[in-house]
Amino acid sequence: MTGSLLSIENLSIGFTGLNDQPIFIVRDVNLTLAAGETLGLVGESGCGKSSLLLAMMGYYKQGLGRLRGGIAYDGQDPGLVSSQQLQALRGGGMALIPQNAGQALTPTLRIKAQMVEVLRLHSDLAPGAWHARCLALFERVKLPDPEEMLERYPHELSGGQQQRVAIAMALAGEPDLLLLDEPTTGLDVTTQVGVLSLLQEICRDLNTAMVYVSHDIQVISQVCNQIAIMYAGEIVEMGPRADLLNQPVHPYTQGLLASIPRLDQQTLPHPIAGEMLQPVHRGSNVGCGYAGRCALATDQCREIAPLAQPIADRWVKCHEVTAARAGEFIRPAQKLLAPNLSDSELLAVEDLSVRYQAPTWLQSLRGQQPPAIVRAVSFGIRKGEIKGLVGESGSGKSTILKTIAGLQPSLSGRITLSGTDDLAGPVESRPRRCLRKVQLVFQNPDASLNPRKTTGEILRRPLELYFDLGPGVMDEEVDALLQRVNLPESYKGRFPGQLSGGEKQRVAIARALAAKPELILCDEITSALDVSVQAAILKLLLDLRADSGVSLLFVSHDLAVVETLCDSVLVLEGGEVREAGSCAEVFKNPQHAYTQALLASVL
Amino acid sequence: MLRLITRRLIFAVVTLWVVSIVVFSAIELLPGDACQAFLGQMAQGKRLENCRVEHDLNAPAYARYSKWAIGLASGDLGKSIKRSKPLEEIIGPRFRNTVILGLTAALVGIPLAIVLGALAALYRDRRADLWISFIAIFCMTVPEFIIGTLLISFFSVWLGWLPGIVIMRADAPLLDVLSKIVLPVMTLTLVMVAHIMRMVRTSMIDVLASDFVMMSQLKGVSRLRQVVMHALPNALLPTINLIALNIAWLMGGVLVVEVVFNYPGIGRLSVNAISDRDFPLVQAIALLMASLYVALNLIADLLALVLNPKLRTRGAKV
Repeated sequence: MTGSLLSIENLSIGFTGLNDQPIFIVRDVNLTLAAGETLGLVGESGCGKSSLLLAMMGYYKQGLGRLRGGIAYDGQDPGLVSSQQLQALRGGGMALIPQNAGQALTPTLRIKAQMVEVLRLHSDLAPGAWHARCLALFERVKLPDPEEMLERYPHELSGGQQQRVAIAMALAGEPDLLLLDEPTTGLDVTTQVGVLSLLQEICRDLNTAMVYVSHDIQVISQVCNQIAIMYAGEIVEMGPRADLLNQPVHPYTQGLLASIPRLDQQTLPHPIAGEMLQPVHRGSNVGCGYAGRCALATDQCREIAPLAQPIADRWVKCHEVTAARAGEFIRPAQKLLAPNLSDSELLAVEDLSVRYQAPTWLQSLRGQQPPAIVRAVSFGIRKGEIKGLVGESGSGKSTILKTIAGLQPSLSGRITLSGTDDLAGPVESRPRRCLRKVQLVFQNPDASLNPRKTTGEILRRPLELYFDLGPGVMDEEVDALLQRVNLPESYKGRFPGQLSGGEKQRVAIARALAAKPELILCDEITSALDVSVQAAILKLLLDLRADSGVSLLFVSHDLAVVETLCDSVLVLEGGEVREAGSCAEVFKNPQHAYTQALLASVL
Repeated sequence: MLRLITRRLIFAVVTLWVVSIVVFSAIELLPGDACQAFLGQMAQGKRLENCRVEHDLNAPAYARYSKWAIGLASGDLGKSIKRSKPLEEIIGPRFRNTVILGLTAALVGIPLAIVLGALAALYRDRRADLWISFIAIFCMTVPEFIIGTLLISFFSVWLGWLPGIVIMRADAPLLDVLSKIVLPVMTLTLVMVAHIMRMVRTSMIDVLASDFVMMSQLKGVSRLRQVVMHALPNALLPTINLIALNIAWLMGGVLVVEVVFNYPGIGRLSVNAISDRDFPLVQAIALLMASLYVALNLIADLLALVLNPKLRTRGAKV
């Protein structure tokens, strides 16, 4: 333990379930961090990475606790020190940069009060010097107009500014260790690039050690020298960044890297089958936690937990290292060439403008108009085409989708389906024939599926609404729908709560398919999913298009996903179209400055 | 900000105007008129005619309403049928007494409720919380006249520490009033504390689980400061309007308590006015109570505006 700033030995976090059985969120984690070192913890949701991070500060979320093992920061165990020592450690020795700075800043206190709080607790500065120190810190994190920022309340700052304040606040105590919990998740890509380069700068200049938690390995690789891959509560592989990214060994690391969609790639992202072992099953599992999803798993993997074995500068927990290094178990599919699309236009949007508020009487008196969210947008979708709609938050991409679906009235412009059906009216005024042709899949399946209805009942609703089927045919139809989205027929009887995130989104897609639509509107449908699951959904969408020739309008902020999936793309900024064209053209040779900036921010 | 306040003010005035119409029409809709009601069996002939002339009842309703409304606007509440004194002099001291009673109960009760609610949330599901919540629910479910009676039998009958009823003139000096209202205040406080405390507890539990309280803890802020500076102000925001409603209820709902303790306040006066069938007095009291509700809600809205930076600042992003 010499020279290490932080060391964790055999740490398990969790709670004691029924029958005194331990439920593991984090299991037998070992790691050490030297001063000035930067470590990235990568894993999908539910792998225990955030719990591990918070445990380093001696903090456990409600109901969780340390089951066994030890943590030592600077020789002290945060779980054993007095509460005064713990308070000095938190914010002073190590500081947290939280995931959602907007929610982590107290809404009723001015920024200055919250900054000063840290200085008062963790610095030797006299009260008179606090103001100047705050300004210096704000300049350090490149906040515009620091004087003004101090007087503001958190809600008066943009998301990127809030995150910079959180970083400044963490730096205020001059900590030796920064703990970052997905600090750029939820920020727009262009903002994310700024925050990441700031973090790189801080690492370099201040020589602060960092533990950076994220689901996004590309983000981590921007900042961290060491990378640890977490799966189902354990670190399965850990080593220097370059080794790990270029020659991943553990089958999960390889699978994870293969499932990430990238620009300029000839192959499709390769999904990992199955889903992560839930914490409840981690205790009774004697073998490797990944065995259930691993293509290389043998009986040994299922029965004996692999121990960490060193390979050059890193170590891996895997029995089948030789087979894994051969790396032949992942064979990503080639990207399909876009089918020859017919020239017949399915959807035509002409000169569409949308605004949320009607003018107030005062505004109409003065002849003012409230700003439009979408301004004069025109585009068309051909039969069987997948069109991407990209832009940052506030670009109006979701609004366009809602307007086509009839959930948001338009201000002006025309929307026509198949040349004859007018979609300008709200959803209530559309004939059923029209409604059937356009279906919508939402971002968050937790909110869009009724939790009290079984999958079968959910799929039966649109069938009852649009088709006159007998009961026997109805059941066959439901089975067929489940089959089309690759779910077993037995899922009919399950409630959404019994499905994983990816499975729920499949059900939502099946519900849209039930209406035999001509156009499916997809609103960020993969952004709430883990990458390994997202890859499978993208593949499903491509297969569906190939089978049935349905057209998709796919809204996303993720350019790589759009490039993987879509035939053509529309780049939006501030409610206006900046660039439109086929994916190949736009991404290879972007013309507009905004498209170029967006592409430059893709990691 | 200024526009918001103006809007609320206009809204308050309009509400009062509507209330005055409703109150006036309600009395108007009763069978007979004020004089008939007051005189009862003697309501005939010369006596009835004199009464009507004296109180101007022969004019059409809209004329009487506008006269009443204009009088109200200039502070003239009208004339009692039974009592010879002007209504202001009858209502004034009693209204003062009720305000004293309500205000004292509020000054004792609200801080107590907030502290208890915060404590219950901090010790959620532990012994302190269970006791606080149990007593609160007991006080909420038992009507105030029972609580009043229980308090009288304990403190006055059994211990003999405090007088069981209030014996004083309506216009007694302030100090006199304060020394006599311990038991009524206690009764009101118990009922009011229960409501507010439950609300504060729920709201505080939500806030304690929020990211910013966790963040303040991970900044090394002491527990006391986490609670007082970071959690409590945010937990109180949603409770302000409930607190205002409770004070308004205090002012109106003291009726029962005033009767139980024989306290010369507006509540008891309204009971007397109704049993005397003194309609102008009833009308004036009804409008007074309505204005009080409106005023308190207005204050609560403005207070919420002052305490919540998100509402206060212009051009705030949602």
